[in-house]
Parts: sequence; structure tokens; C-alpha cells
Amino acid sequence: MSNLKILVGCKRVIDFAVKPRVNSAKKAVETANVKHSLNPFDEIAVEEALRLREKLGNNIVKEIIALTCGPPKAQEQLRTALAMGADKAVHVEVGKDDSEANILQPLSVAKLFRAIIEKEQPNLVILGKQAIDDDASQTGQMLAGLLNWPQATFASKVDINDDKLTVTREVDGGLETISCKLPAIVTTDLRLNEPRFATLPNIMKAKKKPLVKYTPDQLNVDITPRLEIISVTEPPVRKGGTKVESVEELISKLKQAGL
Amino acid sequence: MSYIPNLRIGLTRNTLLKNFIIGNVGNVGRKRIISFRYFANSIESSTSGAEIPAKKHAPTKEVSFTADKYTYLHRNHNFKELTQDDIRFFASILPASGLIIDNEDDLMPYNVDWMRKYRGKSRLVARPKTTKQVSQILKYCNENKLAVVPQGGNTGLVGGGVPVFDEIIINTNNLNQIRSFDPVAGTLTCDAGCILEVLDNYLAKRGYMMPLDLGAKGSCHIGGNVATNAGGLRLLRYGSLHGSVLGLEVVLPDGTILDNLSTLRKDNTGYDIKQLFIGSEGTLGIITGVSILTPSKPKAVNVAVLGVNSFQNVQNAFVTSKNKLSEILSAFEFWDSNSLKLLKAHNIQGTKFPLEDNYPFYVLVEISGSNKDHDDEKLQNFLEELLTNEIVKDGVVAQDDTQIATLWSLREGIPEACSKAGAVYKYDISIPLSVFYQMVEDIRNRLQSAGVLGEDKLVKDVIGYGHIGDGNLHLNITAKSYDPEITNLIEPYVYEWTEQHNGSISAEHGLGLMKANYLRYSKSPSMISIMKQIKQNIDPNGIMNPYKFLPAQ
Repeated sequence: MSNLKILVGCKRVIDFAVKPRVNSAKKAVETANVKHSLNPFDEIAVEEALRLREKLGNNIVKEIIALTCGPPKAQEQLRTALAMGADKAVHVEVGKDDSEANILQPLSVAKLFRAIIEKEQPNLVILGKQAIDDDASQTGQMLAGLLNWPQATFASKVDINDDKLTVTREVDGGLETISCKLPAIVTTDLRLNEPRFATLPNIMKAKKKPLVKYTPDQLNVDITPRLEIISVTEPPVRKGGTKVESVEELISKLKQAGL
Repeated sequence: MSYIPNLRIGLTRNTLLKNFIIGNVGNVGRKRIISFRYFANSIESSTSGAEIPAKKHAPTKEVSFTADKYTYLHRNHNFKELTQDDIRFFASILPASGLIIDNEDDLMPYNVDWMRKYRGKSRLVARPKTTKQVSQILKYCNENKLAVVPQGGNTGLVGGGVPVFDEIIINTNNLNQIRSFDPVAGTLTCDAGCILEVLDNYLAKRGYMMPLDLGAKGSCHIGGNVATNAGGLRLLRYGSLHGSVLGLEVVLPDGTILDNLSTLRKDNTGYDIKQLFIGSEGTLGIITGVSILTPSKPKAVNVAVLGVNSFQNVQNAFVTSKNKLSEILSAFEFWDSNSLKLLKAHNIQGTKFPLEDNYPFYVLVEISGSNKDHDDEKLQNFLEELLTNEIVKDGVVAQDDTQIATLWSLREGIPEACSKAGAVYKYDISIPLSVFYQMVEDIRNRLQSAGVLGEDKLVKDVIGYGHIGDGNLHLNITAKSYDPEITNLIEPYVYEWTEQHNGSISAEHGLGLMKANYLRYSKSPSMISIMKQIKQNIDPNGIMNPYKFLPAQ
């Protein structure tokens, strides 16, 4: 294999250190005025692309493209990817802000990705296995279906030899190793790698890297939601325990509770 | 999909995944890091300021009695010893739950400091619930010449909060009510025994925060913070407690309740008596209530860690930060390469260090403001200027809250790493920035030429870190064990050095028992004389926290 062009997904999500709150309409998680960051699994995807280039060399990995679909502010997340080391960013602008109305469903995202992939012609797409806001874990699989490419999901190890991709996957019972031909879709699991920090010189360089913008209309993709969210609720609050004074009291409480 | 089994617990997927991320990555870094923020910072923060949530001491090695260890200390025979009559009196004021009497195991956590360096022999702990009870107890103790030691969260670093001999411990645990909060002025009034973190959480819900933050926030009491004038991480931005404390309620040794719980910002009527109690370490009275001005909680925070080639450039970076970041600058911390080496050796930080090359100095800059875009732009300009002027060689900027926590954990993990290295000699010094790091180098040279510094020698390393923004150096000397030979090489050299450079031998830890006799290195004889007069005047029987704070002679 002589050329590898990698596309990585970079979703803007609520920062994972922020405690999510259900909005007053109980239809989604509150997103307005909440700190947003790059989806941690996508950060792992960017890191993996960078590591592949470090391993295989610049003459094999020609370009790493970061792609996001989201509001204008999603460019912050693209800048993060560029500062980590991606070469170019593509932004499909959807909506004006982080409000719930602008949330894209996985099928729309997969279609937008397909449109960009047709333009950019990458032969490896690395996505987070899921985004930590809706936890859908569908985009990678849907994209593989739309493109009719092989998929290797929940990767904890990725190797490339010529045009053969070998991926170790995390499954319930342990690890599974599969191989397939490129082009292919990989989705990242948590233990794949530990992402690097954006260094100052790279942050400065990132400002000069190209960022291309599209709209769903320009790409001829219909992003109308296909699913309706009926309601979103918070988990029940854990009730605190009580202290007992004596063994007798403990036993009587246990009996009361029918244990 | 490894997170699926967790779903059976019945949390939402979202919460779950977040837990999951923390839990798993935690093994290699993140979880540990996040929690370090809350306990590791520890050692350098302040006296009643500091550290470590657990108050119970594991029954590992016996801590030897302070009185046996420091033979220059002698019990003052003017003080009465506790009798059955006294115990009956305390029992008449406090319920059984407010008293611990003659029970070795129950007394232990109050008699021993958290560093397990000091141990008193008190037979009685009183835990009053009201200011009136404090007043009754002190009045009785004063009349009967029973010595007392006021105690908050027992997180001090200089042995100020534990008894030396058989002083009665008056602990503020049960004085824990928030009295009022004014959401317009941002003034909080509360009991002295409120835990700093509890107050911070209470305020966070209302859009405010405490003007101070310490590693010990999960244990330390606000009363102890005020009594020791605790410094900590927010001092650069929000100033010392001498500025933010608006009023105090204090019980004097004779039982008088000084009610000065003002919430006024301006009040020029008479001597500002409350200032006397801030930092008096329980030697004049017991603080029972505090009113404090709280700043609004910043909405946007970010952190950068920079690699710097010389200490001159650390200073240049600090000047640039004041210039370019001005009002959003909230912390400017530094540590040297020896600190980092120690951190790596003890793997405190857990993850890979974010910078690839080694630098002699590292700087952590924190900004906090109200508008992320605006603040980020300022940070960019600042960092660009540092790079173009070659003040900084390399650096990283956090891209999310997890990375912010990770970067802070580097700085906050250092005291933790020190404590794992064996014995640590800790010095907490204020000195002008021009000679700031020279002190570390001079000590290093001194120990080197004495032939005791090296991997397999008595002293393992000399490290420097601290709050550049406050001119506060934490000089830590790690050794195999506490050894008189090392002590003699360091002390009083460190104190003399500090005196020669117009510094202070205690920037934020206080004097306590550890530094009481070294006060002369920072204060003139006439100053000490006035201090003694004040002490004599307010506490003529000397029952309040004896043997500490002021030199014996």
C-alpha cells in the first residue's frame, strides 16, 4: 500500500466532567451554556490516526482530515484536532448554536459523512465508538452500511499491513481479532490509546491549517430527524441509608424490610 | 462492548458512560487524577488549612509523644491538671456525645496531628454546639487555669492544632451551621466548624464560591482557616483572609463573646480587632463564627503548563501573564525538574507527562473568567507572546475539563510524592522573586559540600515548587529518615537565609509548635514584644494554646 488518507470524526459534546441535566421539556439533555469539548472517543480516534502516521511514516499516511457536523462553535473541536496534529478540517455547519433543536440523529450524520467521504476519498475512517451525549453508538455502523465498507468496531488495537487492516476488538467475553481490507471503518474503544495534549507550537500551527465549510444543502443531504424522542428522564436518586444503634434494631429493621 | 454489563445497574447510559470513562481510564490515570485534586495537594496548603480527608489514623506505627521528642518543652506547672470535678462540670454543659473523656482510642485522632508528627496527652475533648457553650467552657478553664487547645479539622502542618501536654481540646466539629447568605452582596455568615468544601458546595449552587481553596478542603474548618490565615490556591486572585473576612465572632478566654459578625465591606470605626484573630492560631480566643465575602464562581476556566529554560524566564513569564491576562489570571504555580523527577518516580500523576522534553522549570497558569471566547483569546495572545519572545520553549493547553484536572494534578501531586519518598523536611517561605530559586540552589550546594546529598546518601533530593504569584516557595528536602545531622545542616541555616533576604519563615503554614522559637528570624524584638503584650492582655493566664506561636523566651 502506498497511500493512506485517514478521516476522523470529531463531535462536539458536553464536556464529560460536566454533570448532565435533563431540560425542562424532558426531551433532551440541557446543552445551552454548558461547557462543550471534543467527544473523548473521538479524541482517541484522532490520536490513533496520529499514531498510525508516526508508525507508518509521512510517505504512507498522506493526510489526516478531521470532520465535524455541528454548529459554528464545533470549529473549536476541529481546532483541537488540528492542534493535536490533524492536517485539515472539514466542517458541515448545522444550526446556529448548541441548542437541542440542532441535535443530529446518527443516520443524518452517517449520510453527511458519506457525502464528505465521496469528496475527500479517504481509505480509512476512524470514529469514536459512540458519543458521550446520546450514547447512540450507531454512526460508524450505519456509515459502513451506506458505503458498503467493512467495519471494525470497538477497537482496542489497530494494525495496518499493506492494505490489510487488523483490529483487536473488545467484546463481552474478552478480545476478538479480525482483519479486513481497506477502505474500512474503525470505531475506537477506550483502551485503544491515551490521547496527547495539544502543545503550544502545534496550537499555533493549527491556526494556519485549512478548514473547509459545507452545509447539508450543499451536500444534498436531508437531515430531517427520523426518530421522535418521547421523553428523557434522570435516573432515580439514591436514597440515603440510616444508622442503627444496636444489633436488635438492625434485626428488626431487616425483618421489617422482609429480608 | 465492555460498558454493557454496567447497564444492568440501572443508571442512564449517559451517566454510566461517564462513570465508566472515569473508572476505566482511571486505572491508568484519569480517576486518580481527579481525586488527587481533592486530597493530594495536601501538604503545602496551610495550617488548619491543609489536607487529607481522613481524620482517623490507622493504627500503624505508634506516634511518639511530642513532649518526649522535643525535650526543650516543659509542662507549665501553673496549669491545673484535670480532676473529676472538672469532668463533672463539662458533663453539666455538654451532652455525652459532645465529650470524649479518658478513652485512649477515641482521643487518639484528636491528640495526634494528621502528619503523625506530633502527639499530645489530652484526656478530654469538648465538642460544643453553641457559642454560649464555648463561652461557658472557656470561662471555667480560665478561672481554673486549665490550658486548652482549640482544634478545627486537625489538618495543620506545624503542630498548632494538637495538644503538647494535657491541654483540653476544644474541637469545633459540632459548630457547623450556615447562618445566612446574602445572594446580592455575596456575604456568607457561618459557624466556625463548617467544612470548607461544604461551604464551597453550598455557594456553588448559588453561583458563588469560597475565596480560598486548599487540598484539605474536605476536612478543614473555616474557623481553623481563619485562625491560621490559610493561603492556598486562590490567594493570587482573591487575596488573603485579612481582606475577605468581614467579621468574626470570637470567645475570649474569660468567656466574653466578641460579636463582630459584620457583613460590611467598609467600616472605619475603631481598631480593626478581627484582624488580630486572623492568623492568631488560637492563642487569643476561639473563633466561633465567621462572615466572609465570597466571589462569584467563574464560568470559564482553563489551564496551561509550560516548559521554561531558566528561572529568569519563569519571572518573565509571570510578568507577561500579569500584563496579558491581567484580571483573568487566577493561578501561577511553578515546580522544578527535581519535583517532576520525584513525581515520575512515585508515579503520582499516573499518566504520561504532557511535555516530551525535559526543562529545568515548569509553570502552570490558570485563567478563570466569565466568557470562554474572550478568555481563550487572551490566553492565546499570552502564549503567543511567550513563544515569540522565547520565554517559553514548549507547553500544553488543556482542551477539556479532564485535561485541566490532569494538569493540576501534576502540581498537586508533588507534596504527595514527597511524602512517599521517606522523611521530608518542609519549609514554607516567602521571599522576593529575585532570589526565589537561589535558596533551593544554595541549600543544594550546602548539602552537597557536606557530602550528604545523593541517591544513596542521607539526603535524597532538594526540590522547590510553589506559588510564584504569591512569592511563596515550598522547599522540600527528602531524606531517608529524620536525622539530627540533616536538621543541623538545614536549621537554622534556612531561617537565617530567609532573614538575610527579607523573607518570612512561614508564608502560609503558620508557626504552631514547629516554628514558635524561630519567630525572631522574621520579626524584630520590638514586634515580638508587642505581640507578647497583646497576648498577656487578652489571655493573662496563658491558657490559650500554650507552648506555641510565640517564642518561650
